[in-house]
Amino acid sequence: MQEIINKLIDRYAIEPIQVRRDNQAFVTIEKNRLPDVLTWLRDYENYTHLAFITAVDYLEIEKIQLTYMLHNYKTNTDLGLRVLLDRAQPEMVSVHHLWKQVEIYQRELHEMFGIDFPGSPGLNESFALEGWDEIPPMRRDFNTREYSERTYFPRPGRKTHDPREYMKQKLYPEKKEDK
Amino acid sequence: MDNKENKSKQKLANDGLAEHEKALFCDARPQTYKPLGKYVEKFLNWARANSLWILGYGTGCGAIELRPLMTARFDMFRWGLAPRPTPRQAGVFVIGGYMSVKTLKRVIRSYEQMQGPKFVIALGSCTINGGMYWDSYNTINRLDHYLPVDIYITGCMPRPEALIAGFNKLKELIKDNKTDGQNEYANNFDWYKANQKKIVKDWNMPDYNW
Repeated sequence: MQEIINKLIDRYAIEPIQVRRDNQAFVTIEKNRLPDVLTWLRDYENYTHLAFITAVDYLEIEKIQLTYMLHNYKTNTDLGLRVLLDRAQPEMVSVHHLWKQVEIYQRELHEMFGIDFPGSPGLNESFALEGWDEIPPMRRDFNTREYSERTYFPRPGRKTHDPREYMKQKLYPEKKEDK
Repeated sequence: MDNKENKSKQKLANDGLAEHEKALFCDARPQTYKPLGKYVEKFLNWARANSLWILGYGTGCGAIELRPLMTARFDMFRWGLAPRPTPRQAGVFVIGGYMSVKTLKRVIRSYEQMQGPKFVIALGSCTINGGMYWDSYNTINRLDHYLPVDIYITGCMPRPEALIAGFNKLKELIKDNKTDGQNEYANNFDWYKANQKKIVKDWNMPDYNW
């Protein structure tokens, strides 16, 4: 693991590198350098397996973080490449030419987070949501409960309990809440 | 009565189809089934109850409970249940658990293609009130707004024994002539269709898929 970290620092001057375990590390890089680094890792450093691409919506800092997770079968190490995108206009370079399955990930990210990948095949076809006309549902400002109640005819009579309070009431009914 | 008959002769708009496709599809409304006669119908109901053919379409996680039913331990063939590959041959639609909007579109299409008399069994709490997915953006909360449901089987998930009990209850209802889902669907067709179209936003199929 340390070897690939040193190489990354030498070659791309990428820092900081978060080492989570002795076989897992994460780096944050600029979005335009990502295809470079991915290609180098895949073709020279044996990170041949793209495990997943995932997105996290950081509402507070107005960013969307993409993580490209790579796996090396020779050294059994994982390397996560992270990119921060602008939340208002999230646009990312498509890397579908490196791995075929990236198309699917990018279609899904496009639908669930509204991230644009120009040039990615079939990007505008609907994936799981057909005819969706709200903001992308995995964005954190999308209120899924409110949408569900507005759309799907909720059956009246549903009761929910906070499990902690409910069990307290049930097991120790005589005890008053401490203030 | 007169009003109803006029309505059944109306043509469907088929707004979801492109202009050149409209001629290819049927635009008739669903017709209600008129019972033949007390004793004939009684005999027919007995026959229907003893040959429930299931549409083999697992729509949610509940479909996993249909597999044990087919195995030697539970052996659903004892009750005359058999899975069929296409909607045209099936008489019972088993909705297995949660239903996403994308699946619902296919389910509506399959249900309408089934030949009457047809019955719907909804299993799992997801079909009743949404279950654990009640606040999801993508799963419906109650199935009876979109299809006429004959039997609900509660549980998350119901065991195969519960399914067998549900099927036996359905048989009783059929023999007592209390399953009228097909006519209910035909009579309240506009209401069902409005509910379906409210959530299936890209309606690109005929209004009635017969």
